[in-house]
Amino acid sequence: MSELMPVLLALTILVGGIALAAIMTWWERRLLGFWQDRLGPNRLGPFGIGQVAADMIKLLFKDDWVPPFADKVVFIFAPTAIVVAMMMGFAVVPFAPDTYIIDVNIGLLFFLGMTSLAVYSVLLGGLASNNKYALLGGLRSAAQMVSYEVFMGLSLMGIVMMTGSFSLVDIVEAQRDVWFCFSQVLGLLVFVVAGIAESHRLPFDLPEAEHELTAGFHTEYGGMKFAMFMLGEYLGLILISCMITTLFLGGWFGPMFIGDWLPPFVWFGLKVFFVICFFVLLRAAIPRPRYDQLMSLGWKVMLPITLVNLLVTGAVLLWMEGA
Amino acid sequence: MHTAEAKATNRVEEKLYRKFGRDIFTVQRCADKTLTLWLDRSRLIEVLQFLKPQFPMLYDLFGIDERTRTHRDGQPASDFTVVYHLLSLDRNEDMRIKVAVQESDANLPTAIGVWPNANWYEREVWDMFGVTFAGHPSLFRILLPPTWEGHALRKDHPARATEMGEFEMGSERVAREQEALRFRPEDWGMQQSNNDNEYMFLNLGPNHPSVHGVFRIALQLDGEVIVDSVPDIGYHHRGAEKMAERQTWHTYIPYTDRIDYLGGVMNNFAYVQSVEMLAGIVVPDRARVIRIMLAELFRISSHLVFYGTFVQDIGQMSPVFYMFADRERLFGIIEAITGGRMHPAWFRIGGVAQDLPNGWERLVREFIDSMPARLDHYDKMSMQNKMLKQRTVGIGTYSQQEAIDWGVTGPGLRATGSDWDIRKKRPYGGYDQFEFEVPTANNGDCYDRAQLRIEEMRESLKIIRQCLDNMPEGPYKSDHPSTTPPPKERTMEDIETLIHHFLNVSWGPVIPAGEASVMIEATKGLNSYHLVSDGGTGSYRTRIRTPSFPHLQQIPLISNGLMIPDLIAIIASIDFVMADVDR
Repeated sequence: MSELMPVLLALTILVGGIALAAIMTWWERRLLGFWQDRLGPNRLGPFGIGQVAADMIKLLFKDDWVPPFADKVVFIFAPTAIVVAMMMGFAVVPFAPDTYIIDVNIGLLFFLGMTSLAVYSVLLGGLASNNKYALLGGLRSAAQMVSYEVFMGLSLMGIVMMTGSFSLVDIVEAQRDVWFCFSQVLGLLVFVVAGIAESHRLPFDLPEAEHELTAGFHTEYGGMKFAMFMLGEYLGLILISCMITTLFLGGWFGPMFIGDWLPPFVWFGLKVFFVICFFVLLRAAIPRPRYDQLMSLGWKVMLPITLVNLLVTGAVLLWMEGA
Repeated sequence: MHTAEAKATNRVEEKLYRKFGRDIFTVQRCADKTLTLWLDRSRLIEVLQFLKPQFPMLYDLFGIDERTRTHRDGQPASDFTVVYHLLSLDRNEDMRIKVAVQESDANLPTAIGVWPNANWYEREVWDMFGVTFAGHPSLFRILLPPTWEGHALRKDHPARATEMGEFEMGSERVAREQEALRFRPEDWGMQQSNNDNEYMFLNLGPNHPSVHGVFRIALQLDGEVIVDSVPDIGYHHRGAEKMAERQTWHTYIPYTDRIDYLGGVMNNFAYVQSVEMLAGIVVPDRARVIRIMLAELFRISSHLVFYGTFVQDIGQMSPVFYMFADRERLFGIIEAITGGRMHPAWFRIGGVAQDLPNGWERLVREFIDSMPARLDHYDKMSMQNKMLKQRTVGIGTYSQQEAIDWGVTGPGLRATGSDWDIRKKRPYGGYDQFEFEVPTANNGDCYDRAQLRIEEMRESLKIIRQCLDNMPEGPYKSDHPSTTPPPKERTMEDIETLIHHFLNVSWGPVIPAGEASVMIEATKGLNSYHLVSDGGTGSYRTRIRTPSFPHLQQIPLISNGLMIPDLIAIIASIDFVMADVDR
């Protein structure tokens, strides 16, 4: 049974992840509607959830068009890369005790590696389109993701130092008493910002930047290939939310003083849901910085913060060891 | 007020006579009492250069085809007249210079050296009348497509498709049109490359989410930095000025609604005031206050759209929904009063279309009571946002001098420290009876232009409250014979009134021959309709001076050297609508 478990879980994640990402499109619109004094999609099915099916049917029946001026192979490959990379990222996420596909001692690095791979999707999509807006979008994404990956990795090193392990299961276990969101506040801050930048959502959706680059890197995309980009984006959003939960919000543990009176998986789900809603709120509330401002925010603010965080964490750990 | 103005005008007149002699000028009396001088083209540039220090702003430049005009009353012989409308902000004074050219030799020296914004205006005159300007660097079509044949505002150019012969789109024509669309950077005055690298050329628009309509800017990019930019307009041109020559004075009112399509009755305001000035109609008090109230409601409506889209273009997603919800409530009021929403076509020559409906006070009061708090809320949400400030403070800056050089008016001018609001300077339509401030700002950047408009909304609310509290009783249209449609109450009682009513409804009023224009502070800047009446039931020539036109012309000045996102912020902060630019 336990040998079958990862396989079953993998299938569940594959199907469930895609379904969840699809539902996210609806949930995000409803939530945005709520915050923007309007209704959002509410016509089809209960609370308008049928909109998900309607959108999928629409996208499936769209003309599967490849622009004659595009690099055909890369153009088709690009949107799949982001979905594959994001799905792979879920392999190391521990949803509950013993409910994970794989627990490797480099779990954290694996996650970081997979999110880095997703950059190729945006970059290649932008380059292969042979469109100026797409090119600008691709360029922006390359610069943005490469820089923010640095802080994303560094912001987690404090946790690794405190846990002494790269395994995500170990990291969750280490939060049995105190969640890392308290001891690693700066880490959390940087990770959240880098997470938005990595999943290129508003306010950091510069590769897409509707108002500047029409649709940025996916200007030339339509139909299912466009849907794949969207799927990848929402999977990325869910993945980042899962990671924030795992790394900073105590994973499957119930909150302190409230206790573990719900099944671990439900706690995990609730926290992920909370983080996702927070990301949607960010999207609704914050304007987009300029490309160079985003860069200087990264290198001049985020990098020092992470370094200070590392320094302080290290010092405290040494001091505690000494004591 | 009028006498003082006349005196000041005379001073300039006298200076001119002293410098150039009385003989080269011919004075024309216009219904709006603006000093209008004809002179020969050989002295044109000389005189304009002399006038430049007196009148730093070229307010408007346009042509008139005089060939079929009958009432010219001693004006010099002319086939095409080119009019230079000059404005002095300091002395609150304007004047017109008119130059005659003959069809066989339709040529003038360019005035770009005197006022840089003459560039687009001269292109338009060439486009519409075929008058060439010697020394103009880029004299090609501006509003009509490059393949257009003829000059559209000439009287012999057909006004309707049915007069133009069959339209064919054969392969030859397709090839010709496509060739005309080919983008060659050299034609736009751009280099392909410098010594180190090749530039990228990006056509931003005519279809782009952030250009607010069909507006195109050709960009020469070095990475994302704009090396050079050339705005290209004309995609929204509908021949509004040509249409005016086919419509009666009355039936043209709905067309004006669609010039600045966010401004609604604001366009009617400029138009009907010019007609009333030609006809000598005095509008009764109630109609005046109703007009001002509606105009200010539309100012708020337009500024709300500006506010929402400005913030959205910076990348903040939500506020636009709040502002559009407010605008929707405002449209509810406008609908209750006028029956229309965006284009109510509600002002009439001599008054307004109907009296205010029962219960209008409650609707308006509810709106103006709730708005200030909501504006405060939006302020906190958007204008105080640090990221929004980062994107807009110090971006797209121009000085007051530059604004005047380029014909920038309205909030764009007041953001540079000037308090030039024509509602205060030349209170038209009864604005002198209202208490309100003219908000100003000093930096002339994107943020200030936005902030100023928000303050203007608060001032407009004040004005509307005064309208609400002091709405006079009385008729809503004038008792003048040219008032259209004429009062109907006694038509069934005496034959004279019946005949009069019949003629005015079927043909429309006959407006005395003459010329007039009245400037108003429209939502986006100074707007005026220069009307030439030849003593008929329709206008002989209607020139629509819109604020957005010169505002777009100066985009390269403030955006070169910045990045694409800055250009988007600049475009958003200018607040233009393309219908207002292209007419």
